[in-house]
Amino acid sequence: MPKHDTPLLDELEKGPWPSFVTDLKRQAEKKPECFDILGQLELSFKDKITHWKHGGIVGVFGYGGGIVGRYSDVPDKFPGVAHFHTVRLNQPSSKFYSSAKLRDICDLWEKYGSGMTNMHGSTGDLVLLGTTTPNLEPLFYDLTHNLNQDLGGSGSNLRTPECCLGRARCEWGCYDTQDLCHTLTMHYQDEIHRPAFPYKFKFKFSGCPNDCVAAIARSDFAVIGTWRDDIRIDQAAVKGYISGEFIPNAGAHSGKDWGKFDIKKEVLDLCPTECMWMEGDTLKIDNSECTRCMHCINVMPRALRPGKQQGATICVGAKAPILDGAQFATMTIPFIEVKKNEDGEYAEVVEVIEKIWDWWMEVGKNRERVGETIMRIGLPTFLKVMEVTPLPQHVKEPRSNPYVFWQEDEVEGGFERDVKEFRKRNAQ
Amino acid sequence: MGYDPENPMADRITDIGPPHFEEFFPPVVKKNYGKWLYHEIIQPGVLMHKGESGDECYTVRVGAARLISIELIREICDVADKHCDGYVRWTTRNNVEFMVDSKAKVQPLLDDLKGRGNRFPVGGTGASVSNCVHTQGWIHCHTPATDASGVVKAVMDELFDYFVSHKLPAQVRVALACCLNMCGAVHASDIAILGVHRKPPMIDHDAISGLCELPLAISACPLGAVKPATVKNSAGEDIKSVKVNADRCMFCGNCYTMCPAMPLADPDGDGIAILVGGKVSNSRKAPMFSKLVIPFLPNTPPRWPEVVSAVKNILETYAKDARKYERVGEWAARIGWEKFFEKTGIPFTIKSVDDYRLAYDTWRTTTQFKFTSHIK
Repeated sequence: MPKHDTPLLDELEKGPWPSFVTDLKRQAEKKPECFDILGQLELSFKDKITHWKHGGIVGVFGYGGGIVGRYSDVPDKFPGVAHFHTVRLNQPSSKFYSSAKLRDICDLWEKYGSGMTNMHGSTGDLVLLGTTTPNLEPLFYDLTHNLNQDLGGSGSNLRTPECCLGRARCEWGCYDTQDLCHTLTMHYQDEIHRPAFPYKFKFKFSGCPNDCVAAIARSDFAVIGTWRDDIRIDQAAVKGYISGEFIPNAGAHSGKDWGKFDIKKEVLDLCPTECMWMEGDTLKIDNSECTRCMHCINVMPRALRPGKQQGATICVGAKAPILDGAQFATMTIPFIEVKKNEDGEYAEVVEVIEKIWDWWMEVGKNRERVGETIMRIGLPTFLKVMEVTPLPQHVKEPRSNPYVFWQEDEVEGGFERDVKEFRKRNAQ
Repeated sequence: MGYDPENPMADRITDIGPPHFEEFFPPVVKKNYGKWLYHEIIQPGVLMHKGESGDECYTVRVGAARLISIELIREICDVADKHCDGYVRWTTRNNVEFMVDSKAKVQPLLDDLKGRGNRFPVGGTGASVSNCVHTQGWIHCHTPATDASGVVKAVMDELFDYFVSHKLPAQVRVALACCLNMCGAVHASDIAILGVHRKPPMIDHDAISGLCELPLAISACPLGAVKPATVKNSAGEDIKSVKVNADRCMFCGNCYTMCPAMPLADPDGDGIAILVGGKVSNSRKAPMFSKLVIPFLPNTPPRWPEVVSAVKNILETYAKDARKYERVGEWAARIGWEKFFEKTGIPFTIKSVDDYRLAYDTWRTTTQFKFTSHIK
């Protein structure tokens, strides 16, 4: 495959940010199909439109997902990308790698693919970008036999679960995000590989309310770490922040002179529930008023830590705007201890997940995310399905309309009445 | 024995899932798992995590394109082998993180990275513009309304100084999705760059019978703009197809997702909308959606100057005006959106007034407002 002139893309080799164009050109020396990627992209830059055809169903035997078909609409000009399928590899939880593992993946992709990847896809997969249909089965064979790796999800299935790095390198992980993510990924291999849902379903696991994997915005099932006792305070370290010994917010504002640290202005006054105050040089917190937003802990990480009674809040039903508008996940289970049982399973979490699935698979419409199903049918019904006691915490405020769907058995005497009897007392 | 095409199901291995994460932990991570005490960002792009044991883990965060080659991954492996016992990780925002277990090892690592051209910019921590997450765009997607990697490269070049420093009021998350499907969800980003279509779908009557299930195409439309119709194909035959009521089309592209015979991409119709003020974290204020402030900017490859300057203007107006810790959305909510438009100089148009579902939530139902230059 020859090199194409790419005057427009060449403009993207300038500037301080790493250039994917320069990278593609370097890769093309070994994998000449990259010249055709550049050629077709240059044509899109010129035409201001994509040159990939719509879809194409390809895959490996026995799986209904993990490979996304992709074909060029100008294959004669760019035969190197005529077939250009995506392979999604299930990433290890929180994306730590050894160089040995990465080199094996690179070798595999040099053998069977274009040499280009996405590190990583939006859902978390390690995405291999561009291969042909005949290469899929041999690639899958080598992947599973030699690399101990598997495909991720695509289509109407459980998408590849994703987690924050949690306890691996963060002091705020209120439960073991990686272990929960990995354990459920293994538990639900069938649901990841064989689409059986009304639409996609995403799990995301964040260790604290900072929510570094955007679980509350992007996942149908968001498990977000929290605690229910008191924030741990090291009063000596509080004094360290006040005296200037420690730099606030872990040094996040070091590039601008914001003046001397002012605990009142920067911590107490920004607390959303105003539940903190100073008594002399001692910091006080009324923990019963705290909503665990993390601000004070973020600002003074050496002085404050989440409480010891840790677990997670489960929120359900986030999605991007298509179709009815964007939704954040709705708080459903205020607190759950994220604990493994003696069989090595997170049975309580699994029970919650399967209650959602059983209902959604029955009532969900084709291509309806669970958040939309809840919106269509109503949160009260969903809470009943989940066998959750309705709590004031489930709403921001009570409803402002009086249109309650009373059930017949809730009303004295039921719904059946005799209009003739009624008319004897109340004339027309 | 490798794969045997004659016997594809022989020795088949399936459903093994990913390798266990612990296999890839650097020793300092493994030893201190769940026992970290606190962290500090010792300079932009360099974090220090302190363990209860007294151990320290230094992390050097490096911005990367999301679209990267195996040649570059191998180079990353070389760096990891040389400095980090062969371990490395990626963040959720496409950064690469190199970890070492002592401060003495940080500078040699930084020097090595610096010696490799512009491939490994160190930054993306604290009150910075972190790496811009994005989707595929024209490099690999069939529904985009704009490119992704190209726009992101142009934007990050311009915001580079904010990636490698800590001079903003808070972290600013910039994200790009190349169509309304938002496979990279940008609906909760400080500054969201969103590819949008503006022309209704065309209907390929010659292809529709073979490509589409008409009821699915019809039900795909959230506004009932797609209706069944009997039309003539180019051979003059009456066929069952669909028609589109352009007045009701909101250009979401959901019909094209369901029916390849209804393409809507267009060089002039497509472009970029800018949304502002979303956040995911629960810190201080609850999570917030991004709000549409610029309904359309044209696609102007290779460097999208209109988009780049719009993003920079919003960022710098915020940087100048916001209080310490305030995210873009918190700032705009505090000063009021009328002030946001006045201070940024972005013209307010009727396109920012919601007329879709749940629209009423965004209408102002109080006499409290500010007299800005908008009120004549």
